[in-house]
Amino acid sequence: MSIGTPASRPFLEVKDLTIRFETDDGIVQAVTESSFTLEKGKTLGIVGESGSGKSVTSLGILGLHRTRSNAKVSGEIWLEDQELVTATDEDVRKLRGGKMSMIFQDPLSAMHPYFTVGSQIVEAYRVHHPGVNKKVARERAIDMLARVGIPQPERRFNDYAHQFSGGMRQRAMIAMALVNDPALLIADEPTTALDVTVQAQILDLIRDLQEEFGSAVIMITHDLGVVAELADDVLVMYGGKIIEKGPAVDLFQAPEHPYTWGLLGSMPRLDREVRDRLNPVKGSPPSLINLPSGCSFHPRCPFAERNGDRCFTEIPLLGGPRHPVACHLPEDDRPRIFQQEVRPNL
Amino acid sequence: MLAYIIRRVINSIITLLVVTAVTFAIFFMVPKLTGSDPALLYIGKNSDPASVQGIRIKLGLNDPIPVQYGKFLKGLVAGRDYVNGNDITHCPAPCLGYSFKTDQEVTPLLVGDLSVTLSLAVGAAILWVLMGVAIGVLSALRRGSFADRGAMTVALAGVSLPVYFTGLLASAIFIRWLGWLPESNYVPLTQNPGDWFVSLILPWVTLAFLFAATYARLTRANMLETLGEDYIRTARAKGLRERSVIGKHALRSGLTPIVTIFGLDLGALLGGAILTENVFNLRGLGYQALTAIRGNDLPVILGVTLIAAFFIVAANFVVDLVYGVIDPRVRLA
Amino acid sequence: MSENLLEATGVEKHFPITKGLFKRQIGAVRAVDGIDLSIRTGETLGLVGESGSGKSTAGRLFTRILEPTAGTITFEGEDISHKSVTQMRPLRRDVQMIFQDPYSSLNPRHTVGAIISAPLQIQNIPTPNGVKKAVQDLLALVGLNPEHYNRYPHEFSGGQRQRIGIARALALRPKLIIADEPVSALDVSIQAQVVNLMEDLQREFNLTYLFIAHDLSVVRHISDRVAVMYLGKIVEVADRDDLYKNPRHPYTVALMSAVPVPDPVRRDRAQRERVLLTGDVPSPINPPSGCRFRTRCWKAQEICATEEPPLITRLDDPESHLTACHFPVVNDETVAGRRPAATPA
Ligand SMILES: Nc1ncnc2c1ncn2[C@@H]1O[C@H](COP(=O)(O)OP(=O)(O)OP(=O)(O)O)[C@@H](O)[C@H]1O
Ligand SMILES: Nc1ncnc2c1ncn2[C@@H]1O[C@H](COP(=O)(O)OP(=O)(O)O)[C@@H](O)[C@H]1O
Ligand code: SF4
Ligand code: SF4
Ligand SMILES: [Mg+2]
Ligand SMILES: [Mg+2]
Repeated sequence: MSIGTPASRPFLEVKDLTIRFETDDGIVQAVTESSFTLEKGKTLGIVGESGSGKSVTSLGILGLHRTRSNAKVSGEIWLEDQELVTATDEDVRKLRGGKMSMIFQDPLSAMHPYFTVGSQIVEAYRVHHPGVNKKVARERAIDMLARVGIPQPERRFNDYAHQFSGGMRQRAMIAMALVNDPALLIADEPTTALDVTVQAQILDLIRDLQEEFGSAVIMITHDLGVVAELADDVLVMYGGKIIEKGPAVDLFQAPEHPYTWGLLGSMPRLDREVRDRLNPVKGSPPSLINLPSGCSFHPRCPFAERNGDRCFTEIPLLGGPRHPVACHLPEDDRPRIFQQEVRPNL
Repeated sequence: MLAYIIRRVINSIITLLVVTAVTFAIFFMVPKLTGSDPALLYIGKNSDPASVQGIRIKLGLNDPIPVQYGKFLKGLVAGRDYVNGNDITHCPAPCLGYSFKTDQEVTPLLVGDLSVTLSLAVGAAILWVLMGVAIGVLSALRRGSFADRGAMTVALAGVSLPVYFTGLLASAIFIRWLGWLPESNYVPLTQNPGDWFVSLILPWVTLAFLFAATYARLTRANMLETLGEDYIRTARAKGLRERSVIGKHALRSGLTPIVTIFGLDLGALLGGAILTENVFNLRGLGYQALTAIRGNDLPVILGVTLIAAFFIVAANFVVDLVYGVIDPRVRLA
Repeated sequence: MSENLLEATGVEKHFPITKGLFKRQIGAVRAVDGIDLSIRTGETLGLVGESGSGKSTAGRLFTRILEPTAGTITFEGEDISHKSVTQMRPLRRDVQMIFQDPYSSLNPRHTVGAIISAPLQIQNIPTPNGVKKAVQDLLALVGLNPEHYNRYPHEFSGGQRQRIGIARALALRPKLIIADEPVSALDVSIQAQVVNLMEDLQREFNLTYLFIAHDLSVVRHISDRVAVMYLGKIVEVADRDDLYKNPRHPYTVALMSAVPVPDPVRRDRAQRERVLLTGDVPSPINPPSGCRFRTRCWKAQEICATEEPPLITRLDDPESHLTACHFPVVNDETVAGRRPAATPA
């Protein structure tokens, strides 16, 4: 399967990534056979509701499940010509924070409360630049703080995370993630905890930095607006599986999966007239320990009855003529159903 | 930070004042309320009325209670004289009282005992912190492993076995059965450091075993909690070696709560490790306290109580300071 | 529809800041600093603003969980500004609150039944068919399984917990519900379910809502009128459509343009037209003089630093509504890409 010549290999290629956690309650099927690719300079958005496996996927790429004894990761993750699932701990560690790095959702809890913000950035720089002395590293950290728009970076260098505002913390987190010029940046809900005004600043910053450094970015979020602003391609996850993926424009203009329709229907939008009622997906997310049979979305899907028994018994595979969708609705009917039955209610 | 320190100092002083007041109330007022004569308690029931009256005057038992408390406080801070006509007993500061039963000042009596307790407590503390923390950290890192389960089972036993049991068992094994250690009484450090050490090995180990078990469990729990924190994930995501992730990031916060417990435990022990001292026949504060209680020697009981309270308050103060240093959120609040 | 259920006049809440040994007061957090606002019977009034602008404090003042430092709050014409806890008790039936965090706002050691029935028991409300039946009816009303009476909060998902919070608020059949970011912690689909539920309940029980949120799209969807708060002040109030179609205050304009547009085709335009506010909200301890928004406002002039703009409707602008700004934005004004001038000291 993986014979592709290095020249044709995408920058990041994830193949059949499957992640399981063994718990007292049973096996959590957090991510199931996920495959996607990402090129340098591009942004991939991952959307889905809480617990759909977004964070587990990204932590998997960084190899951060390796320290958990109850986690089982299988499949392949290729970063250029290096395979990460089978790589040694030490090889993956060297990539973390260097070639690939990550921004987390809650910057207050993601920073150590007892170390200054500056020293944490210096530390990140020096692991990957062992020869560099403290003074140079400090200058680099201050540069980065200035670069992400923190006023008076020399003074702020010595502050602790709790002395920063939410937006500044996230900026500092970004400074830390970018201090080694990563080629791959994973941002896990970087703006969820922030006000829209600050969110706009942070998204702007990520966009600028991406242009400057040409990195590949994975943007995880549950806000479709954020995805629409930033992503070139989008993955929609449900119950640990990718259920639809494609170029952002296609996913917003011509989505084909009933769950994606549901997400769009749930969202009040400022750019449209006010609707009488929102059209949310009914019910609540599935348990990943006991996934529903067949299509795991069937208990919440308004179209499940239309395909005979299939939705209840047969797991739909990703596929389709336009972009990959995992749904039993006939391929050719999906655009029509969207246009006639769904779109008018959006 | 300075305001923080000053506030702590004032807090501690107030606490000490409250403690002395309460202790004073218990020891000097309760006999009065229950109708028994404190003077009699002081010198024994079979004394002649004249000497009882003398003691009463000398101790100022006829004064109003606030005056008595005032004199008592003055004694603590500046020393005091017990006066009955020409019969003057001087008690220099810090005057914890005068034992008329044994006819000596309480302070020097207890200072001697304190050095024994200090030897016992500090030595044991070093042992239990080293052992407890090391075992706790390793258990947390090898969670669920055979070693972890083994260590935690032993720790559970350690927590639940009383000192007189482990102490007597250890004496039986190491002194009587194996004969590795001589049956010796306490030897002061100043007299012979080697003998001092040997005489304390078993008490240290026994006392440390109890605490190490608690500390191992506590450390393990704290470390496990810290290892689940987001900032540990961040440290790994930066590419730090596991050694720095654990040694720098996790230990720093995982051990902070231990500092508190340690300070308080040590403070409490310095007031006398009653059980251990009695098991090993060490004449420390705890031993003294027990003797005094048996002999109804009120001033000595009062003295031990005050010393114990002092150490606990002082330990609290130190813990607060250390906390301020470790945790910037406390210091910069 | 037009009668005022709750009216706030000049309401302030200052939290003292103390320092040093003797806890000397050295200043105050002016969380709410003189607001005039009325909530009309039967309406949903949205209250938006960045975090720290004082929305929650305002909500807690209106429920009289907090006592105002100055100003008056009347409920159905009765002055409740300084009523004691006992005097407030009968009123507690009429005003209820729903909180943001569905995890911390429910006691983990109490069953759902105990949580929902607590207000009934505190207020001694007679329940003809027994407390259990009353609770089960409430559970059914908010879309939960009545059988789950004996379960604990941790057995429920975030959205379900928020429903429990709503059931608890509804137990006393209140007239006014103050919902403080009720859907902010929820996923979009669950958020939409809760919004729909709140709308249904409003219709069924003639409820009046104060809906506090920082998500402008949700607020637009649910509200009849919207008030915008900045640093303890109301800067703009209007009917929903007026506000969203013709925002007048520069802050409202900036806030609305910051909302990401869920349409990748238009993202370049959206980004070009965005008013980027720099920096954070200034500290409410030392708010800027004059107009509080002036440090981030691209229209600020000298007068903005010296004179506080009153909350008024301008006669020279037919589409105007209550706005506190010396130089309100007018229709079709190009505001795009403007960044604030250098911050005046
Ligand atoms: N260490 C673990 N052990 C067991 N289950 C886990 C572990 N880590 C994650 N999970 C489970 O895996 C599933 C996916 O979690 P994940 O964090 O990826 O969700 P998410 O899509 O990022 O959601 P959110 O939007 O809330 O961040 C969840 O059901 C979660 O409970
Ligand atoms: N009890 C309190 N003591 C001191 N300051 C407070 C207190 N409650 C709120 N504040 C401050 O008041 C301001 C407004 O807070 P809040 O009403 O919670 O804002 P919002 O809900 O709009 O985010 C903030 O600066 C906040 O820190
Ligand atoms: S496969 Fe069936 S249940 Fe699943 S999304 Fe498609 S129609 Fe719905
Ligand atoms: S009053 Fe001045 S500073 Fe304030 S919003 Fe209006 S123009 Fe801007
Ligand atoms: Mg996540
Ligand atoms: Mg709030």
